[in-house]
Amino acid sequence: MDCYTANWNPLGDSAFYRKYELYSMDWDLKEELRDCLVAAAPYGGPIALLRNPWRKEKAASVRPMLEIYSASGVPLVSLLWKSGPVVSMGWSAEEELLCVQEDGAVLVYGLHGDFRRHFSMGNEVLQNRVLDARIFHTELGSGVAILTGAHRFTLSANVGDLKLRRMPEVPGLQSAPSCWTTLFQERVAHILLAVGPDLYLLDHATCSVVTPPGLPPGVTSFLQMAVSFTYRHLALFTDTGYIWMGTASFTDKLCEFNCNIRAPPKQMVWCTRPRSKERAVVVAWERRLMVVGNAPESIQFVLDEDSYLVPELDGVRIFSRNTHEFLHEVPVTSEEIFKIASMAPGALLLEAQKEYEKESQKADEYLREIQELGQLTQAVQQCIEAAGHEHRPDMQKSLLRAASFGKCFLDRFPPDSFVRMCQDLRVLNAIRDYHIGIPLTYSQYKQLTIQVLLDRLVLRRLYPLAIQICEYLRLPEVQGISRILAHWACYKVQQKDVSDEDVARAINQKLGDTPGVSYSDIAARAYGCGRTELAIKLLEYEPRSGEQVPLLLKMKRSKLALSKAIESGDTDLVFTVLLHLKNELNRGDFFMTLRNQPMALSLYRQRIEGRVAALQIAADAFYKAKNEFAAKATEDQMRLLRLQRRLEDELGGQFLDLSLHDTVTTLIVGGHNKRAEQLSRDFRIPDKRLWWLKLTALADLEDWEELEKFSKSKKSPIGYLPFVEICMKQHNKYEAKKYASRVGPEQKVKALLLVGDVAQAADVAIEHRSEAELSLVLSHCTGASDGATADKIQRARTQAQKK
Amino acid sequence: MAAHLSYGRVNLNVLREAVRRELREFLDKCAGSKAIVWDEYLTGPFGLIAQYSLLKEHEVEKMFTLKGSRLPPADVKNIIFFVRPRLELMDIIAENVLSEDRRGPTRDFHILFVPRRSLLCEQRLKDLGVLGSFIHREEYSLDLIPFDGDLLSMESEGAFKDCYLEGDQTSLYHAAKGMMTLQALYGTIPQIFGKGECARQVANMMIRMKREFTGSQNSIFPVFDNLLLIDRNVDLLTPLATQLTYEGLIDEIYGIQNSYVKLPPEKFAPKKQGDGGKELPTEAKKLQLNSAEELYAEIRDKNFNAVGSVLSKKAKIISAAFEERHNAKTVGEIKQFVSQLPHMQAARGSLANHTSIAELIKDVTTSEDFFDKLTVEQEFMSGIDTDKVNNYIEDCIAQKHPLIKVLRLVCLQSVCNSGLKQKVLDYYKREILQTYGYEHILTLHNLEKAGLLKPQTGARNSYPTIRKTLRLWMDDVNEQNPTDISYVYSGYAPLSVRLAQLLSRPGWRSIEEVLRILPGPHFEERQPLPTGLQKKRQPGENRVTLIFFLGGVTFAEIAALRFLSQLEDGGTEYVIATTKLMNGTSWIEALMEKPF
Repeated sequence: MDCYTANWNPLGDSAFYRKYELYSMDWDLKEELRDCLVAAAPYGGPIALLRNPWRKEKAASVRPMLEIYSASGVPLVSLLWKSGPVVSMGWSAEEELLCVQEDGAVLVYGLHGDFRRHFSMGNEVLQNRVLDARIFHTELGSGVAILTGAHRFTLSANVGDLKLRRMPEVPGLQSAPSCWTTLFQERVAHILLAVGPDLYLLDHATCSVVTPPGLPPGVTSFLQMAVSFTYRHLALFTDTGYIWMGTASFTDKLCEFNCNIRAPPKQMVWCTRPRSKERAVVVAWERRLMVVGNAPESIQFVLDEDSYLVPELDGVRIFSRNTHEFLHEVPVTSEEIFKIASMAPGALLLEAQKEYEKESQKADEYLREIQELGQLTQAVQQCIEAAGHEHRPDMQKSLLRAASFGKCFLDRFPPDSFVRMCQDLRVLNAIRDYHIGIPLTYSQYKQLTIQVLLDRLVLRRLYPLAIQICEYLRLPEVQGISRILAHWACYKVQQKDVSDEDVARAINQKLGDTPGVSYSDIAARAYGCGRTELAIKLLEYEPRSGEQVPLLLKMKRSKLALSKAIESGDTDLVFTVLLHLKNELNRGDFFMTLRNQPMALSLYRQRIEGRVAALQIAADAFYKAKNEFAAKATEDQMRLLRLQRRLEDELGGQFLDLSLHDTVTTLIVGGHNKRAEQLSRDFRIPDKRLWWLKLTALADLEDWEELEKFSKSKKSPIGYLPFVEICMKQHNKYEAKKYASRVGPEQKVKALLLVGDVAQAADVAIEHRSEAELSLVLSHCTGASDGATADKIQRARTQAQKK
Repeated sequence: MAAHLSYGRVNLNVLREAVRRELREFLDKCAGSKAIVWDEYLTGPFGLIAQYSLLKEHEVEKMFTLKGSRLPPADVKNIIFFVRPRLELMDIIAENVLSEDRRGPTRDFHILFVPRRSLLCEQRLKDLGVLGSFIHREEYSLDLIPFDGDLLSMESEGAFKDCYLEGDQTSLYHAAKGMMTLQALYGTIPQIFGKGECARQVANMMIRMKREFTGSQNSIFPVFDNLLLIDRNVDLLTPLATQLTYEGLIDEIYGIQNSYVKLPPEKFAPKKQGDGGKELPTEAKKLQLNSAEELYAEIRDKNFNAVGSVLSKKAKIISAAFEERHNAKTVGEIKQFVSQLPHMQAARGSLANHTSIAELIKDVTTSEDFFDKLTVEQEFMSGIDTDKVNNYIEDCIAQKHPLIKVLRLVCLQSVCNSGLKQKVLDYYKREILQTYGYEHILTLHNLEKAGLLKPQTGARNSYPTIRKTLRLWMDDVNEQNPTDISYVYSGYAPLSVRLAQLLSRPGWRSIEEVLRILPGPHFEERQPLPTGLQKKRQPGENRVTLIFFLGGVTFAEIAALRFLSQLEDGGTEYVIATTKLMNGTSWIEALMEKPF
């Protein structure tokens, strides 16, 4: 325990800083770091080195090498740089390497050296060349800022959505600024530059002079400036060896320090921890590293070799040829637990647990002490939290063990914080492993989120590890495993040396029906690589036709697309393919294709060609001449039309488009009885209907004479009740009565009731001895006049019942 | 506002809220004042999910009906088109947009496709050069609209015709999509049963879509135990018969549209003394009919012959309740009486309305012609004289009764005889053509294609077998206190509902033979559930079956299903979904070839 705090260095009264080794680098660097352009991504990201940059001593004949390593120095790729001279390199938030060339072109490479794209920083930059460039990260994304040979600045706040902004000119600027940096305030990127004793702040429109509060007089030049990870703080290094630290808005000074070293430092970066009150910057010279803060003394380290600083969210990484170290402020909880002679509850708990393992009764004493103060919960929480901040697994374990031990004596301690910490540490230890080389701290991990971490693992093609993490953390498949498998498959299809079959099979074996995997995305990638056949094979596995079809069309597999669309049942999709096909194929082929797909054919007929529905069916009727009835009906129809035209010519009036029935009616109404009869014979109108027809027509005419004649022409095939009904409808009771007497016995009662002869109806009903008829008559007995009839029926009823 | 949707076993308000939320989200996407241009067909269904007040809350200031030439002037920032994905509508929209562009200050145009965004329509808009004018082009998947606590409808008028005549499965696709929406809200339905070709296809699409969406598996405890998909063409008979329930008759006689009915106003004139000279209102009386109205909920599904007694009983109760006021002595009693007053007055208003409606219906049902027609229908359904030309039908044709009435009867006879003898069929057809005009040959053709009218093929009439096995005809019907679903047609038990009833008990295995006679395959599918979601049924707890009628359902069938749900030992409660609420008349009308 004594030695555990050996690497803690106090800064002032309240804070300790410690530096520990992350990895011993085993990259086989042939040259010194100082001879290379270096770019290291934050959050334990990769390191890019461009060896043999274009130095003044021109080695133009030798092509430089671009090498990319993991943070642990494992080489990822090395390639020959074939483009123009590079001024600066940096990593974007998506871990893409941005290389800014002298001519203002920015080349974007993937983590594995795969060229992605390039963009230009504009004509002005092209003409004046790039003097210096910075890649910076903000909440908007990754930006590029460029200082041109004309001492003007151009920047783009987000390279993903490239909008170039030329910053205003600094009046009277004749030479390059001594140092400059990008600031980010209120969602806008600014440039801060130092020229001699003056500081200028450039925003989109204006250039203003700023003065840091509390800066001592006598400064003639600023040698170095550093802005903190969060853009909240700024540090300035002057030529007098004075360091000013304050807010980036120049409203307050935080502290100052005079190191009395006038040599310009190689690098200066902030080293703070989120939510900590301590402010410190790390300044590096060739062989010296200094941590300065709000304290009269500084912490000094000797650098054995050429080193490079990478600012992080909660500290600074320092790597050199042989080592990779992390320097940070010791977190409060760790400090409380491990500080010598600490009586913090966490410290006591850790001690108690150790004694317990030694089977010493002291364990009980310590525990009692904590419990008496009622601080056991706090103690457990401290141990859990401190475990998160430890880099060494053995320390993590002993802290967690202590927490677990303390938990036993608590009634209701919610277990999730403990469990979550165990899980997080396991993930962290896995990725910190030398082979993986992502040295994230707990705070960085939380800031980065597990999703982004998984993305980064995928980018490094560490699919199995990513999947294991997903499984271990039980992430939902759509966010976790499925996504990773899809990425894996996309990578797989790019392996051109493997045959289509093998790739498709391998992918399907691994992915199977994993939910949420989009085979069409993978297929699109395969198609993008020119592997159409593979794409089609992969599409076979895609369950969503909506995704399948457009890609198939794009690959000109229209027929396949058609059958897939039909399979889906989504008619809109079918139409889309049909339209596409129609443009693509000649007419003959088009219909041949359709013929094999009846559903498509009927849809095509229905909507696209806009058939006149009726004509089509009429044509069908003709076509099916086998359908005798339809053929005949159509013939009849034509015959009728001809006839109607003739009738119109001869008789005048409107006949066309009347039905046969109406034609005959019109004829009768018009008094053309002969023609009506002729027509009904020609078209073989059945007798019954003819009688109805005539009856209706004559009644409409109120030609009662003709009606009576007609009724006597022969025995009515429809009986005489309709005659009664129709007369009554015309309110002609007199005529109705004539026919009532002729109505057959079954309907007689009904007819008599219709004409209102209730008494006679009663007689007939009694005669028929029909119960139904009797009650029908009875229901018509209304008013006093029918009283006698009603009695009569009642009597008949009782009589019938007696029998 | 839509509380009646939540009364049922399954709270359909969840669905309504979900679609309302989606609508609000879309409206909020278009910031600023808005005008909506409506595809007229959509206004009815939309009325059921969102009143104007909701639209107004989201800055909708004007509403127009979609028609050609230019839009009426409106001082709004956004113009939103609510349309079905139909090509002809796209042409009108393009015309609107182009003339609006010429008019001056630019507006933002948006388009909302209901229920599905269509590539084809977008292509058309592109061809017309206006696709770029639209800022938001989105779809609003309003497939199943909640009509009542146990009733969902897609209100897609052409569904039956499209599927059986045109071979166009769009509406089936929408039905399957609708089922997916429903499952997203109410959990995966573990068992799917079906009968019929379309049912098979919908089930296939559902299973397919399920695979497509596996990623977004929901973990909702399933509300529905079963889904039963039934093709309308499995049971062509039921809609042809005249419905005899109260609601069924209102629909048969006056037609219910989107739960509203328009009635002749005479009976609803306010009866006040002293102003006898007041002219009668001429505008049709519009009433909303759903179970939010207590009285209607009670009588809607009763046989019409049982409605009268309920109404008079209600009248007595209500007047007795009003008499109570004389007994109210203390202030407390009077206060209690007054507090009940609004409810009582609403009940009295509702009673007056339904008494008027019942009188209107009674005028029709007591007419001789109605009686004759019913007699013929019942003869056919009970299997009497279905194989020869029917006198009544002949007379109807001769007297030129409405064509649809004739067609309904002829089709009914054909269905009840498994097709008509060629001679009989030709006779009917000739009579119809000669009387109503040759152009109707197309309609007859459609009816034949749909299987409603057909020549008898095969040796035997299979209808009697079906009738006997499924007990479709019941001689002893109790209309007042029914014991069997046959009360809804006063004797005939709807085949579709009988199938559902037999499925729940004792299962379809007992009627395999009949199922083979009926068209289309019958099947059963299981949708596996994650173990945590499997239901453990409490003893005595009823199962919930969602029954989906592909091609339409009648109110009488709904009444029969509600009757089954209410049976104490039924064991199954039903929620009904359909492509369209219909009756024989609207059904035949949709199949008729329109005059051109």
